[in-house]
Amino acid sequence: MATGLTRFGRRMRWVPSVCNGRQFSTSVCDKDHNPPAKSFNLYTAINQALHIAMETDPRAYVFGEDVGFGGVFRCTTGLADRFGKTRVFNTPLCEQGIVGFAIGLAAMGNRAIAEIQFADYIFPAFDQLVNEAAKFRYRSGNQFNCGGLTVRAPYGAVGHGALYHSQSPEAFFCHVPGLKVVIPRSPREAKGLLLSSIRDPNPVVFFEPKWLYRLSVEEVPEHDYMLPLSEAQVIREGSDITLVGWGAQLSIMEQACIDAEKEGISCELIDLKTLIPWDKETVEASVRKTGRLLISHEAPVTGGFGAEIAASIVERCFLRLEAPVARVCGLDTPFPLVFEPLYMPTKNKVLDSIKSTVHY
Amino acid sequence: MSSSTFSSMNTIKSSCFTTENHSLNPSSIIPTSSFLVSTHKLRFNTPTANSPPCFIKNRQTHIVAVSDVKQKQLKSTPSVGNLLITKEEGLELYEDMILGRTFEDMCAQMYYRGKMFGFVHLYNGQEAVSTGFIKLLKQQDCVVSTYRDHVHALSKGVPAREVMSELFGKTTGCVRGQGGSMHMFSKEHNLIGGFAFIGEGIPIATGTAFTSKYNREVLKQADCDHVTLAFFGDGTCNNGQFFECLNMAALWKLPIVFVVENNLWAIGMSHERATSDPEIWKKGPAFGMPGVHVDGMDVLKVREVAKEAVARARRGDGPTLIECETYRFRGHSLADPDELRDPSEKAHYAARDPITALKKYMIENKLAGEAELKAIEKKIDELVEEAVEFADASPHPDRSQLLQNVFADPKGFGIGPDGRYRCEDPKFTQGTAHV
Repeated sequence: MATGLTRFGRRMRWVPSVCNGRQFSTSVCDKDHNPPAKSFNLYTAINQALHIAMETDPRAYVFGEDVGFGGVFRCTTGLADRFGKTRVFNTPLCEQGIVGFAIGLAAMGNRAIAEIQFADYIFPAFDQLVNEAAKFRYRSGNQFNCGGLTVRAPYGAVGHGALYHSQSPEAFFCHVPGLKVVIPRSPREAKGLLLSSIRDPNPVVFFEPKWLYRLSVEEVPEHDYMLPLSEAQVIREGSDITLVGWGAQLSIMEQACIDAEKEGISCELIDLKTLIPWDKETVEASVRKTGRLLISHEAPVTGGFGAEIAASIVERCFLRLEAPVARVCGLDTPFPLVFEPLYMPTKNKVLDSIKSTVHY
Repeated sequence: MSSSTFSSMNTIKSSCFTTENHSLNPSSIIPTSSFLVSTHKLRFNTPTANSPPCFIKNRQTHIVAVSDVKQKQLKSTPSVGNLLITKEEGLELYEDMILGRTFEDMCAQMYYRGKMFGFVHLYNGQEAVSTGFIKLLKQQDCVVSTYRDHVHALSKGVPAREVMSELFGKTTGCVRGQGGSMHMFSKEHNLIGGFAFIGEGIPIATGTAFTSKYNREVLKQADCDHVTLAFFGDGTCNNGQFFECLNMAALWKLPIVFVVENNLWAIGMSHERATSDPEIWKKGPAFGMPGVHVDGMDVLKVREVAKEAVARARRGDGPTLIECETYRFRGHSLADPDELRDPSEKAHYAARDPITALKKYMIENKLAGEAELKAIEKKIDELVEEAVEFADASPHPDRSQLLQNVFADPKGFGIGPDGRYRCEDPKFTQGTAHV
């Protein structure tokens, strides 16, 4: 392991750390006192996770379009050189084939880490994911399973992506029992969550916020660590309103929380991390504390995952709620080209919604 | 010899297949079909039909209708003499290719100056395919393209100023600023998109071809012989949609031509390393349609093949699969640093620049003088500059345009007092939409 990790810097010794300010996300101090780590951006953290996953499991494979030279976002750099072309290889341009083939690999006990180049391209593979991956264990009576399957895809707006390079399709997959959907918010989270997703005995769709690939820089421990799935994290404590989000949207919500603080509104911000199965207890406990809920995501509002969270919380906390559950999301249109700033749930939209919810 | 340029191109092409490291046995690669070899003979100004090329015997089982028709044509001397094109046709082709090249170069400039944004994919080097095919079409014939669609739009007749405005995201663009680089549409010129996703356009092209056949045979509109051209790349030929549509088109004998622009690279994936049998034209006969391979860097060869295929479709004889061996001089998109391709490969194809080749052909065959061609280049330069000025001066779309066209009648907009949908009212964009 040491020889592998020296690629990324010198080996760290175990030293208790303090909470450092992070550029794009706040987080509570680590409970397990990780040693101070070097700063990496999101794609480097994911790259590290993939290296570790391939190292620790000799039957792990990484494949997809253009992964051989490092991928269009550089997440797979160095893997082909290190592990060889038999374990890290390019596939032809057929998403349905890529995912179907990955399910087959996983069914035979391998760890298939398939990359879909953009989440917008995942729809030909949707059939395989919904009809095969999600139901494999169920319909074979647990004789076979494709738990080794992890599908990674960059999702979300990137500023200039327009209709087909900016979509957030997480809601479609949340509707399928049998699949897990995981979305990290920052490099440190991404590495831990990706390693957990790869090692989880269920098929996982791992969406990476492409806007943050280079922008989000954080200190990431270089050793092998996993963050638990299906556990939401309260990343900012507050008492007036609970905000729930995931991925790149959290940094926007954080800015809104800071602005709201100046107006005397104390916001509690929760990172859901795993969208399905999602951590209802944490969100419920928070809403019982504050009495108000706001959900924000980039996907269009109608039928987005915010609707599921809203319905579940209303069901559980109806009498405690002091205002209707607010959803600040994308508009109900295809992701636009020039109108992207109008479409997106911006900081001001979130802030307005916080204020109107608190002053309901 | 006046046509030595093209003959030398033929030999370079066959050697290029062997220098590339792949497992295909060089002797089994016959780059040109019999159909093309006969074209080669014409260009040598000795239309001898007496000595048929040796390829015909091998190819007869594969290519069904195409070679037969071409053989018949050889016997009747073309009335325009021994050249393939007239002066007018030559100038038209030249102008179209220069327009494509100048426009794309201007796009690159504008992109690096920040005037356009997003993902822009340029067509430099592949102009021969677009010009060779699309210039043979009528206005009612349909073209379905990919994300590399600026030049297809220009060849089909969409004005350069509209395409440039669309790239800048302005309301005067051909899609009113809603699509951008990868989504060029034109109802007037029957350009049915611009598709960001590979292979998505092919089934749609199959549908438009079906409409044309239906109109002709069921609705008895005798003059409806419209043809559809579907353009796509080598990477797409490994996608399921491609094979599904080859099957449907051949099954129903649709008036469609499948044009593969094989530029050997799908972003960073080399065609030979991604495909079990890199010769795409062979996949046509597997489905029951002729498969033809043509040198896509030579507009005249492309045009000859295209004439045949389009005529075949118009007659009602069904689809054709045409693989054009071509190359893109720039990277996959303007964001691609283009580090993966071998410089010698790039140099090899740069030497086969279709525009230079046509220019040389026209001058050597005395179809046009240097001055005439320069005048065309100047005219095109001015046209493209004017397009940029027009695009710059055009307004950005109004905020209220954001919610338009999601549905035919978006809920809440409803029918206006005049009985039409509110969103069809030109005054609709005055800010009444809910944002």
